[in-house]
Formats: sequence, C-alpha cells, structure tokens
Amino acid sequence: MNGIHDMGGMHGMGPIVEEKNEPVFHHEWERRIFAMNRAMGAWGKWNLDASRHSRELIPPAEYLRMSYYERWVAGLAELIVQGGLTTRAEIESGVPVAGSVKAAPVLTVEKAVALVAKGVPASRNVPVTARFNVGQRVRARNINPTGHTRLPRYARGKVGTVYLDHGIYVFPDTNAHFLGEKPQHVYSVRFAARELWGDQAAPQDSVYVDMWDDYLEPA
Amino acid sequence: MTTTRRDFLTAAAATAGAAMTPDVSQAHQHEHEHQAVPSDPALRVKSLESLLVEKGLVDRAALDTLVDAYEHKIGPRNGARVVARAWSDSGYKQRLLSDADAAIAEMGYGGLQGEHMVVVENSVRVHNLVVCTLCSCYPWPVLGLPPVWYKSAPYRSRSVIDPRGVLREFGLELPEDVEVRLWDSTAELRYLVLPERPAGTEGMSEEALAELVTRDAMVGVAKVSVSKVGTVR
Repeated sequence: MNGIHDMGGMHGMGPIVEEKNEPVFHHEWERRIFAMNRAMGAWGKWNLDASRHSRELIPPAEYLRMSYYERWVAGLAELIVQGGLTTRAEIESGVPVAGSVKAAPVLTVEKAVALVAKGVPASRNVPVTARFNVGQRVRARNINPTGHTRLPRYARGKVGTVYLDHGIYVFPDTNAHFLGEKPQHVYSVRFAARELWGDQAAPQDSVYVDMWDDYLEPA
Repeated sequence: MTTTRRDFLTAAAATAGAAMTPDVSQAHQHEHEHQAVPSDPALRVKSLESLLVEKGLVDRAALDTLVDAYEHKIGPRNGARVVARAWSDSGYKQRLLSDADAAIAEMGYGGLQGEHMVVVENSVRVHNLVVCTLCSCYPWPVLGLPPVWYKSAPYRSRSVIDPRGVLREFGLELPEDVEVRLWDSTAELRYLVLPERPAGTEGMSEEALAELVTRDAMVGVAKVSVSKVGTVR
C-alpha cells in the first residue's frame, strides 16, 4: 500500500536526533510490548509480513505522531483480535471474558532462548528458477498494490542492474495476507542515485534495493 | 480494510498514545520517564500483559528472557568483535564478505533478525550506509536492537535521497570523489558495514581493536577513529 511507512525520499521530517548513550528501552512498557509481540507470534496466527502490515495500516497522521513502540501496541492489539486470540472487549477491559478456558503459553523460556539463537529463516529450499541474472538490466515494475508490499515507491519504474542473487525467499505481498508463501528469488538491484533522484545526486552514488522476482521486469 | 478496523486502530492509537510524541522527541521524553503517574501506553501495555497472562497466552518468564537477551546479552559489541576479527585475519575477512552467515556463526553469533546476513566493506573509495526505509530492519545478532534515530522518519526518509547530507548531520563529511552505496533493507537480508581500519592501529590486539568499533560505524553513519575509545555509540 502507498502508506506513510513508505517514506524513502520524503522531505520535511526534521533533523536526525541521536541520543548519547541511548538505553535499549526507554520505558518498562517498551520492554513488555517488544517481548509480547514475539511471544504472541509463537501462536502461529500470523507471520512477520502480516505483523509489519498491521503497523502499516495505522492511519498516517497517527503513525507519524506515535513513537515506534506505540505502533507495536496498536499493531499487536489488531493482530491478536484478527487471530482470534482475544476479543476487543477483553483488550479494553484487561480481563478475560467469563468462562474462557485458560491456555498454556506456546513460547516457554526454553523456546524463547531457541527463538533468539536460531531465528526464523525466511529463505526456502525449493527449486524455483531465477528469471534474472547477475549483471542484467531490470526495471522495477510500476505497481501500486493496496495490500502489503516491500517494493518502495521511489524505485517503481526505475531501471537498475542485478548485483546479487540472494536466493529464494517467502514473498511478502502474498504471505502478509495469508495467500501463500510463493517462494521466489530475491536480488540486490543497484540503482544509480541519479536514476532515482536526478542530477541533484552525485554521479557515482547508488542505492541497492532488495527486490523479489515479481517486482522486476526486463529493461 | 473495513471501517471497523480503522475505527479500532484509531481507538487503539488514541488509548496508546495520549502522550504521543514524534520519534525525534523520544530522547527528550526520556528525561521525564521517572514521573509518578505512568503514561497511557504504560497503563495500556500493563493491562494487555495482565490479560494475556490471565488467558494463558504468554509466560512472563519467557517475556523476561526475551528482554534480557536484547537488553543485556546481544548488542553492538558482538558486531565489533566480528569487525576486529576481520581486520586481524584476512582469511576471516574473505569468509565474512563471501558468506557472512557462516563467518558470523564462527564467532558464535546469529539468530533472530540476522538469519540472512550481508557484510559490505568500506574503503578509501567506497562508503556504505544502511537503512530500512519501510520499517526498522536491522541486524539484531550483531548490533542489538536499533536506536531510535535509525527507526525515525527523518533517517528513513532522507538517507536514501541525501546520504551525504545525512552523514554530514552525523559529523561525517565525505570527499566528493568517494562512492556512496546506500543499502535499503527491503527484504530479509540484514546488512552490516565493515568499516575501514583506522591508521595508527597497526599491532593492536583484536580485543583492543574491538574497543574502537562503534555501532554507528557498523551502520555506516560514522568512521572508526582511534580517538573514539571508550564511547558506546
């Protein structure tokens, strides 16, 4: 979707503020919402792409006004309701509805340790032919899907060169909507900065964007 | 999506963020965090945790384990050790640049949000810089969780269109003839910059070299300098 999250190339967002000796978390609630996102993800009711999309759906004015972890609060609340794990009424009241059966947490301490150490690979070991070769000139398709996509607006319609073939990965545009993993090649595509931004960019500079096969066409 | 969903998000947002502040002011907000009355997101998250524990959906000890891992165990010192090893051992450096996952695993690191790593090398001629314009993708096993500025709208919007201006804001003025390569983390690949080894570090031990390497240098918004000893940036 052409949402506010897709902000590459925008102006007017203000200066970059770097905090000296910044702590990992600024508030206790940030610790808890960070961990709850991971622990609730272990129920398998959604995937990483769906959780990113839940935050992209926050209306633009609120997205910009919210801090990073406030977006996680809004996103998680939506995911657990959509996933059937809680009701909206339960979230508002903070207590389970009368008569609900208590579950056993999926993410135990042992599983949390394993999750941190092993991660959740998005690559897939399936035979899928690459439609493009390293060194080939490609154009990022000019598509404007209303759902989730990882093709940023600034690259659409632009011509670049395949720099690397990273291998085969889950396709977020379908996976975020539970329409299948549709595994396919992901490439690092090099775009000359001037192709993206015109003469204001330095002639030798470039932007490398990771692109799924479906985002590209021959140029 | 449905009107219901939008209304809900609006309600969630309003409840979550009565004290909503833009990303850029979090540093200042931090100064007031020890106030007596908790802010609304604090109350909302407390209520959510209590609900999820009550329903048997989360285990508080597992939450503590996750927090502890990223607050105390996993951070930029991991990446600094990888960089120092690459500076000290040319064979390791070649492995790191050709198969980053395996080379980083050699050092005992890897896992969540670092499942698929790419290492890019800075030189006199080339300067690499990493961003995630769409969200906040960052190589957790080697750098820990990202700082607020990395996740903020100013960095995400501007680094891709004006990397040299952004670097200037971080105090790094690049010569005009240097080639800037900006890496936008749009997929599941996670990028680590291998900074240039500074002059005057010949003969230093790997441990001493690791002390010089900063988080910012491994994102690409700074260079490593000998005078930076002792800072945690």
